[in-house]
Parts: sequence; structure tokens; C-alpha cells
Amino acid sequence: MNEDSRPVSPAMRVAVPLVLGIVVLGVWEFLVWWLEVPKFVLPPPSAIVKSLANDYPSLLVSLWITLRITLMAFFIALATGVLLAVLSVQSRLVEISIFPYAVMLQVTPVVAIAPLILIWVGVEHIDRALLILATIVAFFPILSNTTLGMKSVDHNLRDLFQLYGASRWQRLRMLQLPAAQPYLLGGMKISGGLALIGAVVAEFVAGSGTGSGLAWRIVESANRLNIPRMFAALLMLSVLGIVIFLLLAGLETLLLGRWHESAVRRER
Amino acid sequence: MDGVDPNQVVNADAPALIRISGVGKRYSGGTHALQGIDLTVAQGEFLSLLGPSGCGKSTLLRLIAGLGEPSEGTIDWPRASYDAGGKPERSIGFVFQEPTLMPWATVFENVYLPLRLDGARRQTVAAQVEDAIEGVGLAGFAKAYPRQLSGGMRMRVSIARALVKRPKVLLMDEPFAALDEITRMRLNDDLLRLWAGRGWTVLFVTHSVYESVYLSSRIAVMGARPGHMRELITVDAPYPRDEPFRLSASYNEYCRITSASLRGAMGGVGHQP
Repeated sequence: MNEDSRPVSPAMRVAVPLVLGIVVLGVWEFLVWWLEVPKFVLPPPSAIVKSLANDYPSLLVSLWITLRITLMAFFIALATGVLLAVLSVQSRLVEISIFPYAVMLQVTPVVAIAPLILIWVGVEHIDRALLILATIVAFFPILSNTTLGMKSVDHNLRDLFQLYGASRWQRLRMLQLPAAQPYLLGGMKISGGLALIGAVVAEFVAGSGTGSGLAWRIVESANRLNIPRMFAALLMLSVLGIVIFLLLAGLETLLLGRWHESAVRRER
Repeated sequence: MDGVDPNQVVNADAPALIRISGVGKRYSGGTHALQGIDLTVAQGEFLSLLGPSGCGKSTLLRLIAGLGEPSEGTIDWPRASYDAGGKPERSIGFVFQEPTLMPWATVFENVYLPLRLDGARRQTVAAQVEDAIEGVGLAGFAKAYPRQLSGGMRMRVSIARALVKRPKVLLMDEPFAALDEITRMRLNDDLLRLWAGRGWTVLFVTHSVYESVYLSSRIAVMGARPGHMRELITVDAPYPRDEPFRLSASYNEYCRITSASLRGAMGGVGHQP
């Protein structure tokens, strides 16, 4: 809850941050010109826009490469995370055997595993290494959230299913998975962002391989002191992150909007 | 036990539906929840289990439902057929203390659940589900989600779900305890109306003397630590019961008798030196 309870219209929600952004960009542009900051230290926004306009064909190719790895990592993480969660809820034995290793994967910094993965997949398959690393990063929130969600089923509802002689499969499909939905969607929002971070960090560490993603563009631009292009690539990355987040938030509203407290708007 | 015959039934010709003999329940944690419970539930009666909290009345109801096994004694269903595994086909509906609805499903989906778990197709039982929803006075709310309903309406959905399979016995575990007085009285009346003349049996757990007298044909008063049967009170007042009964001298008299019995039940557990 906010202390300030003045109503905010949807138009203001867009307009106010936009105005702030324009002001900041204006001040930035002005200060760079006024203080004569060299372009390779801090380029003015206009130079970044120019670089974006000039380099966008090659930047878009890089964007696509990063996007592909991010999406693939996200979906693999989603599938394996949900699958392992389902298995560990079905069997206590599976749960206690999997969890320590899942935690281990989670707490070990991905940067530290990268060289090992790189050796295993071979330098000719760097894209596979990137995919594996991004998946490792994205996987844990899905697993832990889904497990928690499936376990937090109302006890009486569980009893009710038992009373009516529900099979394991019925209980999973009609009770545990729907109950886990809000948790899973929360995990997906975290995991979507982590998949992107994983894809970028992995590329920093492992290098680009055959194609080069946005991370490699940033490294390359830095080496050539082409700072405007570096900012352009950065901008693309953050826009990509925002789009992923918005899509997942939209999915959440779509699935939970009618029933879950988190997505329901209350009139006061 | 002041000369109570645990097997007395409302009317002698009503056949026994559930026969509970010598039932005790001890949890692995050491809690002694029930001891030596003898009770015969007759078909068609409205039997309340009344007692202070901790007297094991909910535990007993859950044992009858098959949620858990008694540590000693037996619960027989003389009129039920037994499946291959030796388990009685109980034909029960259960209403919990909370409405216990699936928040992600509409009223229709919630009421349809018991049939769906039996493998019944939506189209073939749609009318039956609609009937159950109408029966509890919620016609027109089939597409609503639980969070859009008031507490009393949610409880109605829960009752509709319990009745949709037309069970022989309805087990209710303090279903109206969390509701306000007015809603509660209205639901009491509606429950009696649903029960009247359909031949099914209600086992109703409550800690309210007034509710138990108003609703029941018989009241089983229970005492605590460990939970035991104290007294069986037959409420010999004709149905249908409504507002005049609530104001009548005989209602008051039964409330007095039942209160005294309940006080006796509580006196035995450390309220006296």
C-alpha cells in the first residue's frame, strides 16, 4: 500500500514516466554537450539513436540470436521444472533426492560452471553451452515455486478428493496443478528475466561462437570504443527484458484475473 | 452414562444405517481423541453431535466418512454394499467447516466436481448439477466464481456439491459456525427444507445448543478428554419446524435439557475441583 492514495488514471501511468524519461534524456544530452564529454566516455542520446539507426541490421541479427537462446532456455526450464515438481510431489523419495542438487545448481554461480560446460559441449557448439547455462539459471524458480504451489493445496480440498475416490491423475490435474498456477506464474516471471540474464552472462563468459548475440556486440563495441553502439545494444537488451516481463504479466492476468486475489482489482 | 441406551433410535422401524461400536481413536502423537463410542444412526434421522471443543466430534465425523481409521472398534454400514477391498460404499456427502471450494473454478464446476471425479460427462449431468445449484437457492450463479459470493452463498455451493450425487448421508462438520446469526438461521431453515421428506440422513456436528435443538431429531451430547458419548436426547417435536417452533415452550425446554447435559459434559473435564 502507498501512503499517497490519490487515484492514478491509466493515461497518467504512461504519461508521467514518459515525461520523466524525456526530461532525463534532455538533461543528459545537454550536459554531455555543455561539459564536452567525449563520445567514448558517455555518448549523448542522439548519438545512441544514430548508432541504432545505422547498425540496426546487424544488431537485429544479434537480438534474434539472444532472443532465441533466451526463449529456448525458458521453455526447457519451464518443462523440466514443472515435470520435476510434479514428480517430487508424487514421491517423497524423488523430492529428497532431487532437491539438494537443484539447490546446488542454483547457488553455484553460472559464470563458474561455464568453462566446464564449454569443455563438455566442445568449442564448436558454443550456442549449446549458452543454452545449457541459461537453462540452469532459469530452471530453479520454476521448480521451487511449482513444488510449493502444489503442496499448498487446501487440506480439506485434498480430503474431499479422497472422499470421492479421486485417482492420482485426477488429483494432479484438477487440484494440484490449478492450485499451483499462481505460484508457477510468479516463478515464470522471475525465470523469464533470469533466462535473458543467463543468456547474456553465458555469452560474456563463453564467447559468441558462430553467431554473435547482443552480449558479444557489447563486448566488441567496448573493445572498439564504439560506445554509442554499446548503448544501443544495451537498450535493445533492456527492451527485450521488459517485453518478456510484460508478456508473462499479461499471461498471469489472463489466467488468474477471474479468481486469484493477486490479480483481482478491488473498488474501494 | 445415566442409563442411556446408545442404540435407541427415533422410531423403531427405521433401519440402522451406520452402526458404531466401541470406537476409539488415538493419534500417533499420543492424543487420545475418542474412547468407547457406541452409536447407531437410523436412516432418515437428523442427528447432531454436540459437545465442547476438543470432544472429538469432528474426529468421529471424519472416521465415519472414511477419512482415517479408528484405532479400536468398528463402524459398520449394515445396508451398504462392500467393494472388493472390503470397504463400504458409503454414499456420503461431506460439508466442511469452511466452504472448501476450488477458487479457480466456477460454481458450476465446483458442484460438478463429485460427478466429474466419477467420470460423468458434463453434458449428461448438466441438468443434475443445475438442479443442485437451484436446490440451494443459487439459480443464476452457476458462472460466478467463489470470491464473488458472500460467505453464506459459498456455504450453499458447498452444500449443493455435497448433495449433487444424491447421497444417503450428509455429514456436516460445524458448517455454519463461521457465519453471522441471520445467515445461519436462514441456512438452518433451508437445510431442514432440503432434508424434509427425502429420506436421507444428516449427521451434523455443532457446538451450538440452540442450533442442535432446532434442527435435530436426536442429539448426541459428547464430553471431552478423551471424547466420549454422554447422553442421547430425542427432540420429539414434529417437522416441519420453523419460526413458531423457535419461540415455543417445548423448544425452550429442550434447550434447557440439552444445555444442562452439555454443562455436565464440560463439568467432567476439570471445571470442577
